Amino acid sequence: MIHVEYYLIVSAIMMFAGIYGFLTRRSTLAILLSIELMLNSTDLNFAVFNRMLFPEGHEGYFFALFSIAISAAESAIAIAIMINIYRNLRSIQVKHLEKLKW
Amino acid sequence: MNAEFIIFLVLALFVAVFSVMTVTTKSIIRAATYLLFVLFGTAGFYFLMGYTFLGSVQVMVYAGGIVVLYVFSILLTSGAKDTLSKVSKGKIAASLISTLVGLAVVLFIVLTHQFKTAIGVGDEPCENLITIDTIGQFMLSTDKAGYLLPFEAVSVLLLACIIGGLVIARKR
Repeated sequence: MIHVEYYLIVSAIMMFAGIYGFLTRRSTLAILLSIELMLNSTDLNFAVFNRMLFPEGHEGYFFALFSIAISAAESAIAIAIMINIYRNLRSIQVKHLEKLKW
Repeated sequence: MNAEFIIFLVLALFVAVFSVMTVTTKSIIRAATYLLFVLFGTAGFYFLMGYTFLGSVQVMVYAGGIVVLYVFSILLTSGAKDTLSKVSKGKIAASLISTLVGLAVVLFIVLTHQFKTAIGVGDEPCENLITIDTIGQFMLSTDKAGYLLPFEAVSVLLLACIIGGLVIARKR
C-alpha cells in the first residue's frame, strides 16, 4: 500500500525544487514558474492529508480546489504585470527592475 | 507490490525528475514545458487517490489554462530563443546548500513523525470517492460544512482579476 509519507516526500522534492528555482532564476517569468511549483506541492499536500488521514472529511479537498482557483488568478495578474514591465523596459530580467530602488 | 504502487512509483519518479529539470534547464520555454509535465503528474496523483474531480480541475485549470498563459507571455516578452541569464557560482552554491538543508530537515520530520493513517486507507484501489453531486452540495450550502462564502469570495476575486488584468496590461 502507498503510505502518506511517500506522497509527502514527492511533494517536498517539488517544493524545494521550486525554492531553488526561486533563489537562482533571474528572469521574472522563470521565478513565477518556480512559484507555481511550490503552490502545486502544497495543493498535493492538502489532498493527501485529506485522503490519507481524514477520509471522511472534505476540508483538504476544497482547500486544494480553492487554492487552484486563487493561483490561477495570481498568475494571470502577475503575467499582466510582466507584460506591462516589458512594454516599459523592454526586458523582464530582475536586474533591470530598479526604478523603485532607492 | 501491486499495480497501484507501481503506478505511484512511476508517477513519483516522473514528477521528481521533471520538477528538478524545471528549475535547472537553460531555456525558459523548456522550463514551461517541464512544468506542464509536473502538473500532469500531480493530476495523476489525484486520480490515483480517487479524487477524480480535483484531477480534472488540475488538468483543465493548470495544464490547460495557466501553462498556456505562461507560454503566450514568454513568447510575447522575450521569445523562445531567450536563454536564462547566468548566475554566479557562489550564489548557485549558496542556494543549493540552503535548499538541500531545508529538504533534509523536512524529510527528517516527515519520516520520523508517526502519522495516524485512517483505518482501511490504501488497502484497496480507490474508486471515485467524492462525487460531483456532493461537491455541488458542499459548494452551495450555508451550513457548518458549507463553502458558499469562499465560493462567492473566489468569484469576486476572479472578477477583480479580470478587471485588474485589463487595466494593468492595456495600452496607454
